[in-house]
Amino acid sequence: MAVKTEAVGKQWPPASFEVEAAKINQYANAVGEENPIYHDAEAARAAGFRDLVAPPMFCVVYSAPALGPAILDPEVGINLPVMVHGGQEFQWGEPVCAGDLITTTASCKEIYEQDGRGFYVFESVSTNQQGEETVRGIWTDIVRGV
Amino acid sequence: MSDFKQGDSLPELRVTPDAGLTKRYAEASGDPNPIHTDPEFAKSVGLPGVILHGLYSMAQVARAHTEAAAGDPRALKRLSVQFRGMGFPEQEIVVTTTVKEAGDGRLVTDTVAAQGDNRIIRNAEAELELD
Repeated sequence: MAVKTEAVGKQWPPASFEVEAAKINQYANAVGEENPIYHDAEAARAAGFRDLVAPPMFCVVYSAPALGPAILDPEVGINLPVMVHGGQEFQWGEPVCAGDLITTTASCKEIYEQDGRGFYVFESVSTNQQGEETVRGIWTDIVRGV
Repeated sequence: MSDFKQGDSLPELRVTPDAGLTKRYAEASGDPNPIHTDPEFAKSVGLPGVILHGLYSMAQVARAHTEAAAGDPRALKRLSVQFRGMGFPEQEIVVTTTVKEAGDGRLVTDTVAAQGDNRIIRNAEAELELD
């Protein structure tokens, strides 16, 4: 059985995420980010940010929802129970602050087979309410025994 | 900060995720996969127990970089990782970063995150811009 490649180039509808201060706090606490700029809006403003700022990897919180429909799409055909997250890349732009509205669009970049495993590569592009790019992600999922 | 040169190390980061971490990270990140939170489920799919979220471990690599840049999240321009070994709660993670290239206020680094001999992230490459 071979991987299906019809979904390469497909783009899914954008998903929006409202960045609340409480979500930034909760994320910063979970990953051990103790820098005051992630916990105190005044400290963030003093450091030159518009408001409470999010750690760079908070991008997974606001961009992952756009990836869900892509990974579950029958046209992509990922066998979910045997899927593993193989690799991840992010390129950051404008910092994300509390009060931002982030919109993320996901697309399928590549599907290929190597050594009996299927590689599914997705790209996500996230922008804020001003249209500025906040992050671009490359998500690689691997499925064994395709 | 801009004193880093090729071959230097960034300050090492050490963190030990406690037994409740994967649940807190699952709630904070919105990743509900029970292999990270339910020991019985994890065992039912052949794992020794719950495993860390790969993106949690990646966040530790990111944190090692922003802390090296005086805590400025704007310094981290790019981070690319490959997830290899599985990470486990209640074991110390050591994040070790080496400068591969340095020049014009910009560093390119190579990072390994390991629990003992188990390298959970390897070939991580980051770009850091420094004032």
